[in-house]
Amino acid sequence: MKHIISALVENKPGVLAHVAGMFAARAFNIDSLVVGRTEDPQLSRMTIVVVGDDKVVEQVRKQLAKIVPVVKVQDFVGQPIVARDLMLITISAPPEKRPEIMSLIEMFRGKVVDIAQKSLAVEISGPEAKIEAFINACKPYGIKNVARTGTIAIPRQAKTEP
Amino acid sequence: MKSKSRSSAESADQSSIKAGAQIIVDMLIEQGVDTMFGYTGGVVLPLFDRLYDAPIRFINPRHEQGGCHMADAYARASGKVGVMVATSGPGACNLVTGLATAMMDSVPLVALTGQVRTELIGNDAFQEADTTGITRPVTKYNCIVKDVKDLARIIKEAFYIASTGRPGPVLVDIPVDVEVTKCSTDGPVEMELPGYRLRPKGNARQISLAAQAINKSDQPVLYVGGGIIIANASDELRQLAKKAHLPVTMTLLGLGSFDQRKPESLDMLGMHGSAYANYAVQQCDLLIAVGARFDDRVTGKLTTFAPKAKIIHIDIDPASISKNVHVDIPVVGDAKEILGELIKEVEFRERKKWFDKIAEWKKKYPFRYDNTSSKIKPQYVIEEICRQTKNDAIVTTGVGQNQMWAAQFYKFTRPRQLLSSGGLGTMGYGLPAAIGAQVAKPESIVIDIDGDHSFNMTMTELATAVEHNLPIKVCILNNGYMGMVRQWQELFYNKRYSKTYLANPDYAAVARAMGAAGETVDKKDDVPKVIKSMLTEKKPCVIDFRVEREENVWPMVPAGKSIDEMSGLDILESMA
Repeated sequence: MKHIISALVENKPGVLAHVAGMFAARAFNIDSLVVGRTEDPQLSRMTIVVVGDDKVVEQVRKQLAKIVPVVKVQDFVGQPIVARDLMLITISAPPEKRPEIMSLIEMFRGKVVDIAQKSLAVEISGPEAKIEAFINACKPYGIKNVARTGTIAIPRQAKTEP
Repeated sequence: MKSKSRSSAESADQSSIKAGAQIIVDMLIEQGVDTMFGYTGGVVLPLFDRLYDAPIRFINPRHEQGGCHMADAYARASGKVGVMVATSGPGACNLVTGLATAMMDSVPLVALTGQVRTELIGNDAFQEADTTGITRPVTKYNCIVKDVKDLARIIKEAFYIASTGRPGPVLVDIPVDVEVTKCSTDGPVEMELPGYRLRPKGNARQISLAAQAINKSDQPVLYVGGGIIIANASDELRQLAKKAHLPVTMTLLGLGSFDQRKPESLDMLGMHGSAYANYAVQQCDLLIAVGARFDDRVTGKLTTFAPKAKIIHIDIDPASISKNVHVDIPVVGDAKEILGELIKEVEFRERKKWFDKIAEWKKKYPFRYDNTSSKIKPQYVIEEICRQTKNDAIVTTGVGQNQMWAAQFYKFTRPRQLLSSGGLGTMGYGLPAAIGAQVAKPESIVIDIDGDHSFNMTMTELATAVEHNLPIKVCILNNGYMGMVRQWQELFYNKRYSKTYLANPDYAAVARAMGAAGETVDKKDDVPKVIKSMLTEKKPCVIDFRVEREENVWPMVPAGKSIDEMSGLDILESMA
């Protein structure tokens, strides 16, 4: 099962190496790992997607929490969250195919970010399944390049005050 | 270790502008360091200059690995933090085995390494190595100090992290320019560790659940590890075993936490543990694990380990709980605190049937060897050492048969008495460990029960023992083989003794050449008197016992078997 684990870590050199090294040393599989700054310049957030059974993911969570510069670890499984991937994709787009490609992009609420003679670069974000679906939809035209961020996520807040 | 903030007023007698090297020395003293180990080199020159007249006893090993083991054993024997300094590049690389040894066995260690000048880092400079990169997996924490302003804080943090929670080695890498750069040391040194929180107190509800389970159990077993010794919880363990009336089995690192002369002691469990401990664990209805981590050498085949038991696991490290074996009642926290609470809630139960059963196993399958042989049996040497030292020596070991026999035949009575590389299984640990232990405990008799091949790996450290006049006693159980590996070749590889024989030097002559005392023993009758004179020897000494060459360690749980499927029980019984 896929788990999205969110770790708040100190913004220091070596922390990413420590986390990545721990995953490798303990033979845990990383599906994706995203690091970025947070509102606090001292802290970064790592969003790590791990595949494994509950026992493995529990160990992942505990081993992460054990790393000294890791401040907080959350496993989002079973929680209401918003999870998004961002992708930049270059699609072969000869002029005669452009109208249908454009409507495809529109259907997926993507954005054209670069236009060349025979190709279009598109920015698209959303849940992972949507990104995968867009890639599949683009395949018949020819994909030249894909860059993806991997998943980032935040928990949904309570809709009403308690 | 307590770490107090230092106010500028307290150090008013000193100038508040100091070079990094002086800050390091001052912080070491503030942390209570009076003894350290280290090997100099190019980029630690400024630090060693400040150590020249510092009030710290300094032990210089002959190799950084040896120094790291010395600091490790110093820590294990004393309960204090061990400190080791090394230069950059090869010096730091040579620490790796020592750090990994300390990491596996949760030993509080602070290693300081020099590094090339900050602006040269990454340029493949002379004696440059990515020390933090290389040592990250074998330390609890490490970091490089790039700004002298952070130095005091990082050293304070290093000692705190090394000695608290589940202890472990911490490495601080210090570029040479940071050692010479001056900085103001006004103001308190405050730690900044937002990700490091301690949870010493166990959850009260979990403790009550554990107590209820103990009170209900007909066939309980306490299974304790090195965590008891680290937490200084031996008194609480003894009280718990007495009050609730529980048999106690120990891991290799747990030996000494419970007096093995007591009838409740089941001695060591696991691959070469006692048959009675292994049977008791397999038949118990409640296994109470404290400060132990269900290592594969303890559990054997995981799926059939303690099959009838409910499991309580008390440990400071949440990641140890349910890592290998599913735990029914986890209690996270410090063993001393939790056992202290648990004692209050448990009740005495006679459990006569259970203790009778255990007594029967104990009678049927004690650790035995064939003492009718005219050859020197390694077990006999250890029994004789134990008898003559009245169960009171500090024992260090190599790794392999020597280590297992020491664990089986020396009956330990108090914590911090057996110092052995359990988790990593580092051959060569014994001699430097004996040195570190003797430095920590000058009044104790310190004996390294070693194997010939383990001793070969670090024997250069004899020179260190001679230089510092440390009366350590090295007892080499010399069978000419890498004995444990040979045993496996005998049992599982059709006696094809591939590369387990190496030609050995004359150890007594080597010892004498290095300024130590040395003796060779090849007659069984000479064993008692040689041990007797060894115990009064003032110089470091090496006794080369030429023991039975193909003796095996029994019982033995073959890899992949349940721990009650022991080999060698028939052999043990035939010796009765």
